[in-house]
Amino acid sequence: MGYALQQLINGLSLGAMYGLIAIGYTMVYGIIGMINFAHGEIYMIGAFLSVLTYVLCTALGVGPTPLVLLAMLFASITFTALYGWAVERIAYRPLRGAPRLAPLISAIGMSIFLQNYVQLTQGARIKSVPPLWQGGVTLWSADDFRVTFGWAQLTVVLVTLIVMAGFAWMITRTAFGRQQRACEQDPKMAALLGIDVDRTISLTFIIGAALAAVAGVMTVLQYGVIDFSIGFIAGIKAFTAAVLGGIGSVPGAMLGGLLIGFVEAFWSAYLSPEYKDVATFSILVLVLLFRPTGLLGKPDVEKV
Amino acid sequence: MTAAALPAPSPLALRLRDALVITVLGGLLALPFIGLVTVEEGGALAVRTRWGAWAMTLVAIFLGRLAFRAALDAWRSRKPSHKSAAFSSTDAVLRRAAGTSLLAVALLLPIFFADNRYVIDTATTLGIYVMLGWGLNVVVGLAGLLDLGYVAFYAVGAYTYALLSTQFGWSFWAALPVAGALAALFGILLGYPVLRLRGDYLAIVTLGFGEIIRIVLLNWTSFSGGPNGIGNIPRPSFFGLPFARSAEGRTFHEFFGLEFSPMHRFIFLYYLIVALALLTHALVSRLRVLPTGRAWEALREDEIACKALGLNTTTVKLSAFATGAMLAGFAGVFFAARQGFISPESFTFSESATILAIVVLGGMGSQLGVVLAAAVLVVLPEVGRQFADYRMLVFGAAMVTIMAVKPTGLLARREPTVRLNPSRSSAP
Amino acid sequence: MTPLLTVDHLVMRFGGITAIDGLSLQVPHGAITAIIGPNGAGKTTLFNCLTGFYRPSAGRILLHEDDGSERDLTRLKGHRIAREARIVRTFQNIRLFGGMTVLENLLVAQHQALARASRFALAGLLHTPGYRRAEREAIELARRWLAELGLTAFADTPAGALPYGTQRRVEIARALCARPRLLCLDEPAAGLNPRESAELKALLTALRDAHGLTLLFIEHDMSVVMNVSDHVVVMNFGRKIAEGPPEAVRRDPEVIRAYLGEEDEEAADA
Repeated sequence: MGYALQQLINGLSLGAMYGLIAIGYTMVYGIIGMINFAHGEIYMIGAFLSVLTYVLCTALGVGPTPLVLLAMLFASITFTALYGWAVERIAYRPLRGAPRLAPLISAIGMSIFLQNYVQLTQGARIKSVPPLWQGGVTLWSADDFRVTFGWAQLTVVLVTLIVMAGFAWMITRTAFGRQQRACEQDPKMAALLGIDVDRTISLTFIIGAALAAVAGVMTVLQYGVIDFSIGFIAGIKAFTAAVLGGIGSVPGAMLGGLLIGFVEAFWSAYLSPEYKDVATFSILVLVLLFRPTGLLGKPDVEKV
Repeated sequence: MTAAALPAPSPLALRLRDALVITVLGGLLALPFIGLVTVEEGGALAVRTRWGAWAMTLVAIFLGRLAFRAALDAWRSRKPSHKSAAFSSTDAVLRRAAGTSLLAVALLLPIFFADNRYVIDTATTLGIYVMLGWGLNVVVGLAGLLDLGYVAFYAVGAYTYALLSTQFGWSFWAALPVAGALAALFGILLGYPVLRLRGDYLAIVTLGFGEIIRIVLLNWTSFSGGPNGIGNIPRPSFFGLPFARSAEGRTFHEFFGLEFSPMHRFIFLYYLIVALALLTHALVSRLRVLPTGRAWEALREDEIACKALGLNTTTVKLSAFATGAMLAGFAGVFFAARQGFISPESFTFSESATILAIVVLGGMGSQLGVVLAAAVLVVLPEVGRQFADYRMLVFGAAMVTIMAVKPTGLLARREPTVRLNPSRSSAP
Repeated sequence: MTPLLTVDHLVMRFGGITAIDGLSLQVPHGAITAIIGPNGAGKTTLFNCLTGFYRPSAGRILLHEDDGSERDLTRLKGHRIAREARIVRTFQNIRLFGGMTVLENLLVAQHQALARASRFALAGLLHTPGYRRAEREAIELARRWLAELGLTAFADTPAGALPYGTQRRVEIARALCARPRLLCLDEPAAGLNPRESAELKALLTALRDAHGLTLLFIEHDMSVVMNVSDHVVVMNFGRKIAEGPPEAVRRDPEVIRAYLGEEDEEAADA
């Protein structure tokens, strides 16, 4: 019982990160109808930036931990968003209306480029930083087993909740949110009504990258260990989360992220940690096989 | 209205301003990765600055942007004169000539480098990549399906031969068709659920599948030897004659009355891959002009129109996918036999990425282009370490650039599979 | 006139929208039937149901076979409608295989016969006489339709490089190569100049008279509709509002209201 509860907490904080990355996939898919294969690398860049900021803060003697966290979030979000914007401008915008394979290949090329770029500039070795927070709240203890909600995990869940709330507000209440949804529905009509579609698409990439950056910071906070290749598997899992939740649906991405987090935590704990990636991948294939629209997605009518 | 009164900025000023803007943005992007670096010092990370490298990056971006714009403008202004829509037959003649000379070089290479194991080895590696490139070309270039886990089928072939030969004593030639069939079966099993859906899903599922195969091979130790791999894989023999100094039966050099040389085996392996690659080429070129191949290309062009004409698009996709997988399986058998040792290390995503880069850079659908791209990708890293390090970086960037500048690759120069007026064609 | 196709209380819903709402109609054998109606009336949706791209929410689509039996097309998978029921269509926004030549486009349309002759590509790989004959016949059929539609000169040109009006004709030629029993054309006159439009009219009548084909087409160009069709079905809001010979339909008050309703209001305002 206690063990299961602990896995629930682990799954929750893991799923929060997948959910944040998955939103980037789902938003980009919603607006330009393609998978942004470079999104996993954007997340990896976010994680590298937050390690850099962390180390800089330590070197400069920046004080209390919450300030360090804020600095990490700020620096990571700013630069990662810039990368997200640049990826769209360089790899996708020139390809509007190109054969359908072209943007996919361009995306893969971008992904290969970014991964090698970080490897070459920052080295192939693992980067590890000491935990920002140690300890946590003990929720339950029996005999010799304790269920703890680590401070880092708690921060991850809280920050994700705040970011999600802000994001939900932006999508439903602001002018950008309306324009974003309008472009998703019908980009041509949106353009006719005076919406700058290119700008909206750019902003979508920027926001997706910013959320991935938050996920990167959370990874550093929770595990403290990253390397240049983390974007690859995290990308596949977050994409699985997006498909599971229903691609194109933002709440679906969050739900899918949480489910994938739970599956991974429980699978690792009860079955075999080596095959946890196989488990999430099998979910992807099963969802595509039996419910391609995902849990919250709308049916995709083929336009003829 | 007021803007019209101002003198228009000169093209050079515009170009400089554009390059400056790009440099500022690029400099910002590069700052945390090139300007700063985290290094391990005394067990903890520390930040080091690299202002020199950063400044050089800025200069490189500025000059690169100027050169890129100039090249792009030149290329675009050249375009109208080149706009002949009909397929030119001189082009076909040129390509045929290039193909023939490449074939001659391939066949004569061991004569000139009979004692140079390094050259023969590199050429053999090149042969494997050409074969893999031609196989993936069926899937990506002809059928227009993006397969990001192609290396998985290569692994299926390699492990099939490794296990059949070490566990059951199968010979290379017996294992070859079985491994190809098994790889094709994997392709069908994986493709069936996914190929009915959008193309992007196929890409991500194959990406995941490639990774899964690697994880399974890494962890299922009793089956695959885990990270230690499988060793002592028998080398192919020359129709039963082994390449050894001495053996129970007759050896290759005894049978032909030659003096024993270890080079015999390397040269034999080289000719074997050349033969396999040529077989692949013959198969793919022939399939292309058959209904199957035309259906693949039609699928790439417009899936909905295919359905409206009564083509079962799932079958068409599966046939392309399975054909590609089978060819990768063949290449895998050869790889295992040549190395004598295989482990999951050889089947990572970066291998899939390399093969895809070969197909994309070669111009999707072009068989000759694949050879040239494979040569660049395999031979350049041999020339110098710096090429090896920057290889994937450059090819990633090249994939993006090619898609932006000429997304159809070399498709514009596609040779028709059939002509109504064959007299106008130079091809017999 | 005996019907070739009967649409029986067809309903097509997308989420909350009902694009086709209990539509019934008959397509007479060996005649030209036009479907007209304002934008959004559900015409293309009807085509998508007929050709298996959409599975109708309710209702039946019956094909009357020569032997008098009926076949329910709503149970047939998309690609099998073209293959077995031999209902072949063109698209409003031309869908050619742009990178392939016109002749190749026409051969893809004959994929069934060719693929059967190539026996899973085996006979084709071996270049057997049987396959060679099948290929010759396929090229011959393509050559005949190319000649009939005046496209012979473009046979070896990539379809995507041709002018718009020519592409429309190539798409029709390609559909004809699939040996259709019912040819469905989605706005064949859209984007054509007057000369091309006149050629189209001649082509449609020739297909009916000389080749005995049954045609069903969606069109906004009333001169084409009134000139060539034997039977006109008018749709609005997913329903049939009128049906009959062109002259009768032209005078139908319901039709005039559907088409000119807004102008009437404007006139009243003035």
